[in-house]
Amino acid sequence: MPEETRAVRFEQVVLPHLPAAYNLARWLVRNDQDAEDVVQEAYLRAFKFFDGYRGGESRSWLLTIVRNSCYSWLQRNRARELTDPIDDSHEEALIDFANPELRLLRQADAQMVREALAGLPLEFREVMVMREMEELSYKEIAAIADLPIGTVMSRLARGRKRLYSLLAIRMGIATTGGPA
Amino acid sequence: MTCDDAKPLIHAFADGELDLSKTLEIETHLRDCQTCALVQEEIRGLGLLMKNASIRFTPSSSFESRLRSTVRREANEQPAKQSWWRWAMVAASVTVVMLGVWAAFVIFKRPSSDTLVAQEVVSGHVRSLMAQHLMDVPSSDQHTVKPWFNGELDFSPPVKDLTAQGFELRGGRLDYIDNRPVAALVYQRRQHLINVFVWPAKTGSKVTTQASLSQGYNLIHWIDSGMEWWAVSDLNLAELQQLVQAAQTE
Repeated sequence: MPEETRAVRFEQVVLPHLPAAYNLARWLVRNDQDAEDVVQEAYLRAFKFFDGYRGGESRSWLLTIVRNSCYSWLQRNRARELTDPIDDSHEEALIDFANPELRLLRQADAQMVREALAGLPLEFREVMVMREMEELSYKEIAAIADLPIGTVMSRLARGRKRLYSLLAIRMGIATTGGPA
Repeated sequence: MTCDDAKPLIHAFADGELDLSKTLEIETHLRDCQTCALVQEEIRGLGLLMKNASIRFTPSSSFESRLRSTVRREANEQPAKQSWWRWAMVAASVTVVMLGVWAAFVIFKRPSSDTLVAQEVVSGHVRSLMAQHLMDVPSSDQHTVKPWFNGELDFSPPVKDLTAQGFELRGGRLDYIDNRPVAALVYQRRQHLINVFVWPAKTGSKVTTQASLSQGYNLIHWIDSGMEWWAVSDLNLAELQQLVQAAQTE
């Protein structure tokens, strides 16, 4: 493919996914400047490998590259976040969903949700962002994160429970049982 | 379906990831079980909170334009690399094709002229010894042999007397090599018979004296005075070369 049309096609196919790419990267590295660096690196990689992109879901294709770039960045800068085991000792004691009298969800504002989500371990955060914000299917998430679908499903369930619990703690509704 | 059955499926149900039969089972259960129905509502409510646009992080417009120009710069830098590669690829394929042609030439072309003729020369030599058909005109006199050919061939082979060099002329014979009638001159040294095949060289043929060994026979091929010469014998190569030298200088 001639270089000029290749660049034009890349801009048409890949650039429109910048909001999704940036949002995922920003949630994984949790910092504006780092997210921009990682996304730029991912886009250059995507452009390099654009010949290997054979049509199909260009958003998933790009997000796979973005996620890989994020993990490389984390490896270089926050290796502990990748290696620390998830503390699941409190998971059983988390506040359960069936607690509508807490009126939890109606009182939560965007800032609280952001803070609670940012407090989730990486494994849960990424599937939550991909599912709830980007509305990707389990299958797409499994492909992007290179996980079995069953793992995607269980991480979503556990991640939601943790998020719910963190929100309750943040709002002072619950003070015990959840990971601070 | 019990609550225990439903629990692991509620998330997938809320996400619309269940197949039809499981979806129907869950829906039935949720109608009957208020607790599970609430759980499902909370899951959906949490999802709605996260879909709230203000939870998302949006790239700044300055970053977007910076990214766009970075990609364009990359695209402009790549043509040099790419065209370099393209030329390298073209050069590589040309080399491969030329090697192929050369190999085909070596493998197919050469045998058709030289090696095949050499085989015919050896066959002619062997046949002449086997079939008691060594000579059509048995004579040690070149002035007898040469005129005999005149009636048989469309060219006049140089018949040389090499007795002085130790090669006795035994006679001449007609043979057929390289798709044409040729003159075969028979010489002898001690017990060794030597066939010297002669026919007009094709225009442009250039062969410096070339010796080879085929089926145990020594072969020498040369072109001289517009004639194609092949000498073949069980005589050792050094002595056969003496004959060739003698024939070339005579």
